[in-house]
Amino acid sequence: MAAQKPTRALPKPTPETEHFWEGTKARELRLQRCDECDHVYFPPRPFCPRCSSRTVSVFRASGKGTLASYVINERPHPAFEGPYSIALVDLEEGPRMMSNIVGCAQTPESLVLDMPLQVTFEVQNDEITLPMFEPVGANDA
Amino acid sequence: MRKQAVAIVGAAETTELGKIPRMSQLQLHADAALNTLTDAGLKVSDIDGVATAGESPTGVAHYLGITPKWVDGTSVGGCSFMIHVRHAVAAIASGLCTTVLITHGESGRSQIGRGGFRSAAASLSGQFEAPYGPMGPSTLFTLPVLRYMKDYGLTHEQLAMVAVVQRQWAGLNPRASYRDPITVEDVLNSRMIAYPFHLLECCLVTDGGGALILTSAERAGDFPKPAVHIWGSGESVETPMISQMEDLCSSRAFAVAGPAAMADAGISHADVDHMMVYDAFAHLPIYGLADLGFCERGEAGAFIAEGHTAPGGRLPLNTNGGGLSYMHSGMYGMYALQESVRQLRHIAPAQVPDAEISLCLGVGGMFGASGCIVLGRQAKD
Ligand SMILES: [Zn+2]
Repeated sequence: MAAQKPTRALPKPTPETEHFWEGTKARELRLQRCDECDHVYFPPRPFCPRCSSRTVSVFRASGKGTLASYVINERPHPAFEGPYSIALVDLEEGPRMMSNIVGCAQTPESLVLDMPLQVTFEVQNDEITLPMFEPVGANDA
Repeated sequence: MRKQAVAIVGAAETTELGKIPRMSQLQLHADAALNTLTDAGLKVSDIDGVATAGESPTGVAHYLGITPKWVDGTSVGGCSFMIHVRHAVAAIASGLCTTVLITHGESGRSQIGRGGFRSAAASLSGQFEAPYGPMGPSTLFTLPVLRYMKDYGLTHEQLAMVAVVQRQWAGLNPRASYRDPITVEDVLNSRMIAYPFHLLECCLVTDGGGALILTSAERAGDFPKPAVHIWGSGESVETPMISQMEDLCSSRAFAVAGPAAMADAGISHADVDHMMVYDAFAHLPIYGLADLGFCERGEAGAFIAEGHTAPGGRLPLNTNGGGLSYMHSGMYGMYALQESVRQLRHIAPAQVPDAEISLCLGVGGMFGASGCIVLGRQAKD
């Protein structure tokens, strides 16, 4: 019997975040925008954190962003092979989110601050698909 | 009407620090509390207020045999104890109680009788941070620093110098865990934990505890040891998720709590003789100095590297050796407060000559919270 690969600490969606995780399953990065003040925000909640309006809309984000900051974790993690980046991505629409940068070497030389990134999706199981980011053009080669 | 003044009249740590495998976490609270009662010449029956974090105030009060009239279980990480001091001042000043015991104990290294804390999978950090493989503070608290380096010119060598300077202080302190001098090269050659952080830029993991007793400053002369007066305080919280900091190069909680404490105390930067900035990692003093206005953001790294916070410098900082070299149980704020008290009682192993005013800045979570206390050797006014 093959040993099952250990998984990451997977998210458990709540009613307030369900649209986000339904979105990633459909390979869409979904954000929310306030209908009153136009503020775009993350993580999800059914009201605007700037003006408290409950009138907000979900929309599909561009999936584009830039590398705001990161660390490269050198300690072994059962779900990762070798050192891996834990990154902060500034999304084009304004919010910042944590992610991993994939599709490039996990080194300071390859991970350059402010480099353009695009979202990519990694299926974890039937319920959860995680958004990750790769350098723009990583798949063109 | 001027609010009633409050003073720290008892302060002590656990008898031992470091590796204490024969004590549960709750007993570390009690060991520190009993040492502090002795320090203040008080009995358990004199205590009518209890505040703690990590354990519940119910558990600590019952274990020690206290019947409190006031409790505070504010638990926002390692600066909870600064916030307990602030809340205790308000409680004593408004007559809710007269004598408050604040305890800390943590079996950070030996993990004896310690509850776990893992973010629930349905919490926002469980959903939007945990899946990406963070392994505790060394991979989260450290995340903003590359941004700070790029935007404000902080160098790897300057970051390493924070650890070098604090080791200089630790060398003067017999209770410090690590006392041998280190160089920038030693730091940069130590094992990489999470780039750009090396082992020597990350805090220790040890066991220990500490406690404080506060009461009305009118009674300050009634105790065996010199009282230390609370001049001012501030507190704030920002976010439980480091990814959601407003500005990766500034702690909003520092920027609220620090200036609030200084304004409350009625002091300027030049009045501060001694300073503690909770240093779970080497970048924290850099953030603290800038967010409180002691330096410009782009200058804080150089300020430390040039020796201004080192022994003999004009702003002695983290004089016990800090979380990097003295001890760090997990919620270090209590030890920063203990060092401020020692400095103002003029009994610190690395005593700052004639220290009159100490500023003690705590952080909680990963830039999630802050509490700041300004302490004075004399009563205010
Ligand atoms: Zn709004």
